[in-house]
Amino acid sequence: MKECIAMLLAGGQGSRLYALTQNVAKPAVPFGGKYRIIDFPLSNCTNSGIDTVGVLTQYQPLELNDYIGNGQPWDLDRLVGGVHVLPPYQKASGSDWYLGTANAISQNIPFIDRYDPEYVLILSGDHIYKMDYSIMLNQHKETNADCTIAVLRVPMDEASRFGIMNADENGVIYEFEEKPKHPKSDLASMGIYIFTWKELRKYLLADDANPDSSHDFGKNIIPTMLSDGKKLCCYTFDGYWKDVGTIDSLWEANMDLIDPNRPFDIWDQNFKIYSRNDAYPPHYISDKASVENSLICEGCRVSGKVDFSVLFSGAVVEEGAVVQSSILMPGAVVKKGSVVSFSIVAQNSVIEENVHFGQLPEEVEDRSQWGVTVVGPNLTVGKGAIVKAKAMLYDNVKEGEVKC
Amino acid sequence: MLKKKAMGIIFANMHDNAVSEMTQKRSMASLPFGGRYRMIDFYLSGLTDAGISQIAVITKSNYQSLMDHIESGRSWDLARRKGITILPPYAYTNADSNSAYHGRIAALFGIMDYLEHATAETVVMMDADHVCTLDIEDMIEKHYNNNADVSIACTDPDYDPDNLKNCVSLKEDDTGRVIDIMINRCSEGYSQSINVFVIERKLLLSLIADAMAHMNVIFERDILLANIESLRIQAYHHKGYVKRITSLKTYFEANMDLIDPATVDALFLPRPIYTKVHDSPPTRYGLSCSVSNSVVADGCTVEGTVENSVLFRGVEIEEGAVVRNCILMQDTKVMSGVVLENVIADKSVVFTANQYMKSTENYPLYVKKRTIV
Repeated sequence: MKECIAMLLAGGQGSRLYALTQNVAKPAVPFGGKYRIIDFPLSNCTNSGIDTVGVLTQYQPLELNDYIGNGQPWDLDRLVGGVHVLPPYQKASGSDWYLGTANAISQNIPFIDRYDPEYVLILSGDHIYKMDYSIMLNQHKETNADCTIAVLRVPMDEASRFGIMNADENGVIYEFEEKPKHPKSDLASMGIYIFTWKELRKYLLADDANPDSSHDFGKNIIPTMLSDGKKLCCYTFDGYWKDVGTIDSLWEANMDLIDPNRPFDIWDQNFKIYSRNDAYPPHYISDKASVENSLICEGCRVSGKVDFSVLFSGAVVEEGAVVQSSILMPGAVVKKGSVVSFSIVAQNSVIEENVHFGQLPEEVEDRSQWGVTVVGPNLTVGKGAIVKAKAMLYDNVKEGEVKC
Repeated sequence: MLKKKAMGIIFANMHDNAVSEMTQKRSMASLPFGGRYRMIDFYLSGLTDAGISQIAVITKSNYQSLMDHIESGRSWDLARRKGITILPPYAYTNADSNSAYHGRIAALFGIMDYLEHATAETVVMMDADHVCTLDIEDMIEKHYNNNADVSIACTDPDYDPDNLKNCVSLKEDDTGRVIDIMINRCSEGYSQSINVFVIERKLLLSLIADAMAHMNVIFERDILLANIESLRIQAYHHKGYVKRITSLKTYFEANMDLIDPATVDALFLPRPIYTKVHDSPPTRYGLSCSVSNSVVADGCTVEGTVENSVLFRGVEIEEGAVVRNCILMQDTKVMSGVVLENVIADKSVVFTANQYMKSTENYPLYVKKRTIV
């Protein structure tokens, strides 16, 4: 028996990451030089003493399954518990894809019941943050709540983009509004819930039986529990938290790591972020290189200019190339004379010589046309090509081609 | 895949006195190298690559750092049913002796039980004192094809008199059979041993038992040279980068060699070299930093100037500090205003603000672990 187990929702397609999630699920997208997005919730579990995690997968799970493996990098290879990948499966009475966040959990009631937990922590695999869930669990126990929802204070003018919790002075929620036009509070749901399992179990079964439900925690389970008068409490989190569901937010969150004010600290030895490591030698900075304000990982080779950028393991910047305000994912190569600005170059893609990839904001007349330029994984951008700001490349670019 | 089952034996302490400054509290096998490695990583990764998982690491003294490094062996995929075993010295428990064994023969005699119970037919013995990426599978295959009794890995000779101490030189005939062996000397026509041997386990057992009965102690002299007529001893030439660690100076040179990407390719392209995972975050370069011609591991923070240097994991260089031709081991901290040239700093050394420390290239200055300068 386990006191609390975690269920990590990692099945989302992440369609707003476009080319980056063509072949991988969003939680497997590389982040922060040597991590993948899922490393953050998994490491949080490890650092919070939660040793049993079910990872619910559905969309393009191959790479994610491989990455999680037996869970050893997160110390989640346990005799009892540990990490388990849970895809949808066929049952005697038919089979279904996961129809919603709540349905994904309810299809796995037998898994949860095996551990007979008192509490279940629901997490999503697309957020970057460090959080000790054990503090939230303590509050959940102290308040005797049926459900505790982690919330973050957001600027009032942005509150209408979030699920907003309206709570009394004791943090007891009396109303939940999904993306309200006129928000009454600034407490945004982070998509992290702790439920008392026997309560949640009842609601999941009832929700499953309801054909009109969209089987979603935010849309169905939480409102129903509220209207039934169950005790739902807020847990206010005041650290760094970022939903990296869009190209812009993914780029920003990476850049936050090189912000000299360090809004997000991954260097804290007492709260390490763990990841599956490749065996690369240390990185090499040549005598032709110039590197400033950047993150560089093992296996990189830099002979060009790198400024305000994040270079993942094994990235290469050749002599005379410039990489500025950009992200080079594992194995990305920028060849001689190319300039990469405000861009994301995905895994193993190659920018051939003298390419102009992405643009600086001041190079674009109409600012609304400016944005981060992206090339998906395993592609080649041919010699001398010009790729304009905000382009999203799914295919190779020919030599000398101009892409908008 | 290997034709017969093989196992590895690593002699962790065989060459500790070559770099006695650095082996005060560690063995040669656990000597930090190249930003994130220990010497033994090249050998363990090579064995793993050849599909060998049963490995005995024979230790004599100072083996805590080695145990700490190897842990369960998982980093090299050696945490298996018949995986890696660290064998502490037996001789300490022997009433007849007040010191641990001397030499390879006594060390092997100390693990006779272990060797007798092993199921592998072929044994690879290695000393972990050379920086190189050996193809062990190829070496064993050639050993079988040559019908050799013993195969010795070797490389081109280095005539530098400073590097000849304890060096084993081999002379071969046209077929690669070894016809002469010298110690502490090298002449024209000889190649130098990398201290990696392949031998059949049964043969090794009988040779060791025989040598012990005759009070012999030196493997190369009393077993190989003494039986050079009756045993077929074959040289295996390793092409590629090899550097033997014989002194602080050669240790310094071997690390500095990594600043050339061609050396890195020679050592790391043939196969991945695994090491203990530290989960260090990426290295962060600050606004005012200037870095050139350097090799840097993960987890460092660089705000100052770094030239021609090797930085291990977790090194911190503050703004205004200058580091030239240095090897800074794990968690070295260089505060603002410090100038370092030709310095080897062992783990967790702190250079406090505005210190100045300079030596010459052929005589690098060594700073002991955890020193506060």
